Amino acid sequence: MTKVRLKRALKYLFLTIVSIISVFPLYWMACAATNKSVDVIRGKLIPGTYLIENFKNLIANQNLGQAMINSFKYSITLTLLALFVCSLAGYGFEIYHDKGKDTVMTIILMAMMVPFAATMIPLFRMFSSAGLLNTTLGFILPTISTPFLIMMFRQSARSFPHEIIEAGRLDGMTEFGIFVKLFFPTMRSTYAAAMTITFMNAWNNYLWPKVIMTKSDSITMPMLIANLISGYVTDYGMLMLGVLFCTVPTIIIFFILQKSFAEGITGAVK
Amino acid sequence: MEDSKPKKKWLTLSRKHNLTGWVFLLPAVLLIVIMNFVPMVQALILSFKTGIGVNMTWAGLYNYTRMLKDATFWTALKNTFFYLIIQVPIMLVLALILAQMLNDKDLKFKGLFRTAIFLPCATSLVSYAIVFRTLFATDGFVNTVLMNLHIIDSAINWLGKPGTAKFVIIIALIWRWTGYNMVFYLSGLQNIDYTIYEAARIDGASAVQSFWRLTVPLLKPTILLTTIMSTNGTLQLFDESVNLTSGGPGNATITLSHYIYNISFKFTPNFGYSAAMSYVIFILVAILAVLQMKVGDTRD
Repeated sequence: MTKVRLKRALKYLFLTIVSIISVFPLYWMACAATNKSVDVIRGKLIPGTYLIENFKNLIANQNLGQAMINSFKYSITLTLLALFVCSLAGYGFEIYHDKGKDTVMTIILMAMMVPFAATMIPLFRMFSSAGLLNTTLGFILPTISTPFLIMMFRQSARSFPHEIIEAGRLDGMTEFGIFVKLFFPTMRSTYAAAMTITFMNAWNNYLWPKVIMTKSDSITMPMLIANLISGYVTDYGMLMLGVLFCTVPTIIIFFILQKSFAEGITGAVK
Repeated sequence: MEDSKPKKKWLTLSRKHNLTGWVFLLPAVLLIVIMNFVPMVQALILSFKTGIGVNMTWAGLYNYTRMLKDATFWTALKNTFFYLIIQVPIMLVLALILAQMLNDKDLKFKGLFRTAIFLPCATSLVSYAIVFRTLFATDGFVNTVLMNLHIIDSAINWLGKPGTAKFVIIIALIWRWTGYNMVFYLSGLQNIDYTIYEAARIDGASAVQSFWRLTVPLLKPTILLTTIMSTNGTLQLFDESVNLTSGGPGNATITLSHYIYNISFKFTPNFGYSAAMSYVIFILVAILAVLQMKVGDTRD
């Protein structure tokens, strides 16, 4: 009996240590954002009172407001469009499926293997000649349609009852009407999961905006904080406040949608 | 041939639905073709050319032979594989163990543990790279703690030496991605009937035994999926290399994607050469995916 209890205790100990290691860097970052650089170096681990000074230094140093607006603008536009285009396609692949569409799906899945480093240069050339540098459209176009999201919606459409579609048709609804008015409300948790993934990927994307956002007033939050470390003198308090600004939006989305995210993944893994 | 004109009486209902299906697919499929497959072909053509901007001329296999003699390319290739071979197995095994531990009906604070371990995935790659860079700076938190505990006498220049810099990158990657993979395994485990585990326990199986005999075989498809995703992600590693170590010291920790970026945008742009290198990544991703799927199949 004591052996079983010891094992239990060890398991809790292990999980606690892993949890602390997982959370600690984020806690440390939040603390550092409120402390003076010298205190951060000394290893102070409690929140300080230097937050406003750090904020003043940050906005004096970087155009924080513009980068925040850009990041939200790019990420929200991309998320809405991606959800619409990919769910429509996923629904189409599953509900109207036949041999031809299955073949197309297989080809689309191959796009998952295409590394971004390979498409980046031709896309950059294509976009710069089309005048899409420094634009929202330029940011969103390459990732509106992704095999991962299409697959996710195709999986969830599998559990959508055909009786509902038939009932909608008998009521004289159009096929698109059935998708918008019947499929969309039923699949809220899949949409929530897809939204979490897409928004986070869009917000966190670094390589592509670094390539096409050549003007300083089109930069995104990850680019802004990367700019902060390029200087010679590093103000750790200010730096961590910038990192905090870049992290808070995705953490909030994560907490709001955490449950449906896990459910959505479960659907995709099945 | 399909007749696209409307109001045709002979357009049967099923044919109409079939067409609707294609219309629904069209935007997504077109975008994937234009944004992925077309650039892939263009990159292939570019990889046989050399020059700057619009003045590019055919160069045959020059870019590919140049790669063989490029020491930085080999360093980048070696680094990328080093991260892949060391980090991916450690991370996936750790994620599996954690998932198995959390998939316990009697465990308390399950939600709390799961949220804590999953939380790192909510931070952006640039954010966590900068946090780790600061934690492991010469005057950073890690050195302060180690010196206060008298484990080391003087500050270690973690990011200034190739060995320790790679170590920090691997630690950071494991921190960021373990929880992400764990969620996939947890979802997979939820699809498995929990009574199998209870039956195994009654039959006297230890936790280690049920891990190897039940969890690993039953989660095989999910393990395959996460292995392919992690391999793909590691081969394309960019943000960490740029922001954690800046590829340094020298080019000691640079990754392939980072080197391709430098060749294309940092120095005099050489799109032909970088396109050729990007094809190396593509071929590696494809080979490894096929290999992993083969291994995944034969274990039955």
